[in-house]
Amino acid sequence: MNTPRSGGGARTVAAGPVAFTLNGHAVSVDAHPMARLLDVLREDLGLTGTKEGCGEGECGACTVLLDGAPVCSCLVPLAHARGREVRTIESLGGDHALQRAFVAEGGAQCGACTPGMIMAALALPEHPTRERIRQGLAGNLCRCTGYEAIYRAVERAASETVATPGASAAAEERKP
Amino acid sequence: MRPALGTITLREPRTLRDALRMLRDEGPLTPLAGCTDVFVQINFGTLRATEFLDLSRLAPLRRICEEDGRLVIGALATYTDLIRSRLVRRRLPMLVAAAREVGGPQIQHRGTIGGNVVNGSPAGDALPVLSAADATLVLASAAAERRVPFTAFYTGYRASVLRPDELLVAIEVAPVEGRQWFRKVGTRAAQAISKVVMAAVRDGTPRIALGSVAPTVVRLPRTEAALAGGAAIAAAQGVLAEEIRPIDDLRSTAAYRLRVATNLLARFWADTAA
Repeated sequence: MNTPRSGGGARTVAAGPVAFTLNGHAVSVDAHPMARLLDVLREDLGLTGTKEGCGEGECGACTVLLDGAPVCSCLVPLAHARGREVRTIESLGGDHALQRAFVAEGGAQCGACTPGMIMAALALPEHPTRERIRQGLAGNLCRCTGYEAIYRAVERAASETVATPGASAAAEERKP
Repeated sequence: MRPALGTITLREPRTLRDALRMLRDEGPLTPLAGCTDVFVQINFGTLRATEFLDLSRLAPLRRICEEDGRLVIGALATYTDLIRSRLVRRRLPMLVAAAREVGGPQIQHRGTIGGNVVNGSPAGDALPVLSAADATLVLASAAAERRVPFTAFYTGYRASVLRPDELLVAIEVAPVEGRQWFRKVGTRAAQAISKVVMAAVRDGTPRIALGSVAPTVVRLPRTEAALAGGAAIAAAQGVLAEEIRPIDDLRSTAAYRLRVATNLLARFWADTAA
């Protein structure tokens, strides 16, 4: 679903550009605070790696990390990114352990779910069990692979890395 | 289709007092927090509202604490907050069980318990828990604060006693005696809306609540009374079957829901036997 490109003219209490950190860099976007973060990333900022699937939080294709936690960017108003840290698939650069493992294991077929899968996997703790991987990716649907290849890819990436570069302390489960 | 953004406004108060003042003076406004329900409705053009009130920056409303022996959960607590809270784990484990089965991680990180309550879906996963726990809702307006028993909150399908100038700010739960039990039945564990969802507490007078079987979440007073009076579980299942009238819809059928609900009652009773 396309959303009209956002512009000025918003009557908001906190009007003006929305500043946040995107993949480690400070950005400021002059877009409507109720624009979907997904659209701002793709259309205003030109980062088309994040995909739209269902547009209603069911499929996880549009997953990005917001302060280290996976969220569906189709359900995040731009206003909620203000002052926070957003991380997208582009931050992995193409040769990240997870990306190599998805290729090696056939974890990507049509590719529509892949960026979201990888962003959700990035938020997993180091060396996750199969069960923990299943939980961590439960919000991401894949219609091609049957998931097994994806789980193997996440396990392979975890075994290849001493410390998963993406593992964010903020996203880790607190100990009971 | 999503409405043009130019027609939408968002107010972003920094304090609860400002938020309540805006609701009183500038309403009607549609509050939003985690946006996991509101944005779906906006994206699909099914929400006519254009004036929104962002609650997400009201940090004090996200607190989970103990006050005078009660568990107090701020309306902005997310499902992830509930899962991670030692207090909730200790005092209301059936709420943790429910939170773990809401959507997937992405929804759990964003969705709030207050949103679950106010959105008022009959399938809301946390709602049977609050019903079985006899929770109290704290509703605030610019003028006053009032407390409403959760079981008296809904007046019909997605309708409640919440006034347009009020916000749900917290949920209070007195200590729950007895064993807690929760079970959601849906198409799959994650990302599924329940076909039947039950929360129950077993002590001298069992408390049993069901979702997805009526226009609102419901308690089962007759079934509870039967069990409290020592009825055999088969007899209690018969009472339950008379007490609810589920419907056919796109997620399930009345017959399946009735069967599953009676099965869940037996499972609850067996699982919580001393």
